[in-house]
Amino acid sequence: MAPWLKDEICLEMRSILGGEGGRKRSAARPPLACRQSVRYILNRMVQYLSGRLDASFAALADATRRGVLEQLGRVDASITDLAEKFHMTLTGMKKHVGVLEQAGLVTTEKVGRVRTCKLGPRRLEDETAWMESYRELWDARFDELDKVVEELKRKEKVNGRKKRK
Amino acid sequence: MDARRESEIPVKNLTTVEQKSDRELVVTRTFNGPPRIVFEAWTKPELIKRWWVPKSMGMSLVSCEADVRVGGKYRFVFVHGASEPMAFYGRYLEVIPDSRIVWTNEEGGENGAVTTVTFEEKAGKTLLVVRDLYPSKEALDAGRGAEAATFETFEQLDELLVALGASMGRS
Repeated sequence: MAPWLKDEICLEMRSILGGEGGRKRSAARPPLACRQSVRYILNRMVQYLSGRLDASFAALADATRRGVLEQLGRVDASITDLAEKFHMTLTGMKKHVGVLEQAGLVTTEKVGRVRTCKLGPRRLEDETAWMESYRELWDARFDELDKVVEELKRKEKVNGRKKRK
Repeated sequence: MDARRESEIPVKNLTTVEQKSDRELVVTRTFNGPPRIVFEAWTKPELIKRWWVPKSMGMSLVSCEADVRVGGKYRFVFVHGASEPMAFYGRYLEVIPDSRIVWTNEEGGENGAVTTVTFEEKAGKTLLVVRDLYPSKEALDAGRGAEAATFETFEQLDELLVALGASMGRS
């Protein structure tokens, strides 16, 4: 099982469905993870996921990269560590890590001269994340509906007064 | 609990979502107005279009037709960016003024949910409950869009990862 991977992909989907802005921006301004309609989103999801999963599957299609993931599942490591572990050149390992990073399976961070690699950050479990997305959608709708209700109430008051006169 | 809640008067009413069963999703929310007003906002197309697609979603409603009476049809057409317009449509099965609306979601084919919205008066406010009842568990899962797409593919990924013996060490 790899919940972190699911979370990563869910997060990506939330980002893309939230409109413009990628995952970096989404951290600061959480996108409305929309499920504006199940069918609508389904279409979007499938379109998006097929691209996303192509990248994931492509990344996983290589034995070294799978090994790297397994290794990073145990402990974070620098590219140098990984290169040594897998008896590869630094350049070769950089390429593999790049592919994994593009697929969203790995994140890297450079501190000083060392680039540390780790698995994608853990997020909410899918289920919770989905429910939250669904809730956010309705919540956003209802915020707008509040405005409509307020307006109708005002109108009713005005009309009521007119009628009484 | 109710007394405490009322005395606090929340700034914003909470929206809650609950999966009541493997076929049913329930959304609840209170509105600061009587049912007749909230009901009106759910039944007049010119009002529906003002809130059904929240602005923050970056989508826009192209057209919104709703003939809210038993047997009447509705059709909402949306676009998102440059995407092809998509329509949601169905028909109203039950319409009880200020109290209850039931409709079908036919764009989902035979997996489409039947949605029931109830408007209940609570001290001048409205407790609104939206229930999506799917014909089967599978239909609900399929209707879950994100999950339907992801769970299936995730299962494949999981199988792949298991097959690879890649114990990720994080679960």
